[in-house]
Amino acid sequence: MDSEVNEKAAVPHPSLSARGAERLRVRIWRGGESGEFQEFDVPRQESQTVLDVVTYVQRALEPTLAYRYACRVGMCGSCAMTVNGRAMWTCRTHVSKVVENGTVEIAPLHNLPVVRDLVTDMTSFFDKWARARGQFKGSKTRREDFARISPQSTGRRNIDAGIECIGCGVCYASCDVVTWNPEYLGPAALNRAWTLVNDVRDEVKRERLAAVAGDAGCNACHTHVTCSERCPKGIEPTAGIAGLKRMVFGAALKGEI
Amino acid sequence: MNTRTQVLLWAAQRVSGALLGLFVLVHLAVIIYAVRNGLTAGEILGRTRGNAGWASFYALFAFAVSIHASIGLRAVCTEVLGWQGRGRDFALLMFGVLLFAWGLRAVWAVTGA
Amino acid sequence: MTMKNDYRSHNHPAYWAFVVHRVSGVLLTLYLPVHFWALSQALQGEARLESFLKWTEQPLVKLGEVLLIVLLAAHLTGGVRLLMLEFLAWRGWQKNLLAGAAGATVVIGTAFLLNLL
Repeated sequence: MDSEVNEKAAVPHPSLSARGAERLRVRIWRGGESGEFQEFDVPRQESQTVLDVVTYVQRALEPTLAYRYACRVGMCGSCAMTVNGRAMWTCRTHVSKVVENGTVEIAPLHNLPVVRDLVTDMTSFFDKWARARGQFKGSKTRREDFARISPQSTGRRNIDAGIECIGCGVCYASCDVVTWNPEYLGPAALNRAWTLVNDVRDEVKRERLAAVAGDAGCNACHTHVTCSERCPKGIEPTAGIAGLKRMVFGAALKGEI
Repeated sequence: MNTRTQVLLWAAQRVSGALLGLFVLVHLAVIIYAVRNGLTAGEILGRTRGNAGWASFYALFAFAVSIHASIGLRAVCTEVLGWQGRGRDFALLMFGVLLFAWGLRAVWAVTGA
Repeated sequence: MTMKNDYRSHNHPAYWAFVVHRVSGVLLTLYLPVHFWALSQALQGEARLESFLKWTEQPLVKLGEVLLIVLLAAHLTGGVRLLMLEFLAWRGWQKNLLAGAAGATVVIGTAFLLNLL
């Protein structure tokens, strides 16, 4: 029994760095729309991610801290936050890539109402997805043959460039037009609409173009390209939005909008 | 203002911008030439007065810039001033008309006989 | 209101291109009525226009003119870049258009400046 206890005592706790004393100064937003940054002293670890840091703070230092995550491997899009001023996934961001002067500042995503601490209300983000008609609508049934679409076709390549979006909100949070124009649908919703107007199987292209046109739609984009800069999946909403501008222009000329 | 009109405003902004791209290059070349040769009022007016070519060019230039500037300001009003709606659109229409009128007056001053 | 982005998320070339384009556009729009007024002086005869041109020969005014030409060149080349981004299908090289736009701005501004020296 004694030797068992001694062996347990000899094994270092996982939260202690093998190098010993390296610490991280972490500032985390507390509160709602109004609030302040609270500082924590967190042990540094190799290959530590920002999500690891937030999780450590909530479990070991501040149990009342509210934050979201799920898969922690870059698949679900739940853990996006503002880190040192830039929106990103916290699960796939190594602290070593973002730390500035030994400090990491973590805030909720911008452009969205803050529920508490690091949690935002994503309702408007998904409402705009729906307003942009971001849902596929086909007409074929199981009794008909498959649609035949070449992966090399222009339409399919356009779709492939944007289809991997997991709705994390990073682009939306980074977009200044979203900040300045509350009605603006935003890069994610427009990117999804772009993947659908390029799909020959979809039946509501005309309605969708009408939904994404105008002051609240693609025409409001000023090509800041911040969305494309920040997208963790390397999607370029700017390109899709430019494509929508061209399609919408054509539709307006033809009187379809 | 319906969606179609909004799209056409966007289009007018781009088309007028493309035209202005050409007009401005011509205008810059003219200015650089004039400055290189030391411009006096007499020399300028000697070339432009009674010249239908310059009059047409600059009248079109004034028209394009009136469209481009007023639609350009429209986005600035929304995004910087938070000013939207009919009031803003009417004010910008008035500004565009005024700018065109001043521009035509300048064209007439320089090309009218 | 919701939290807003600060300078840290804006530190990339395309964003600065936007700022230059917007600022130059607004300044040029403010300048235009002045420009039209100046040319309209010719309505009162050649002598009136000539005296105005003499007034513009002051160094500060010349400097202002150079700045205006730079603003114009910047807005023009930035605008051409936008037209290419919006109307041509997306290509990677378009990111380099920014460099070309900035370069052309300097060239045109310099050409004008040289004429004054």
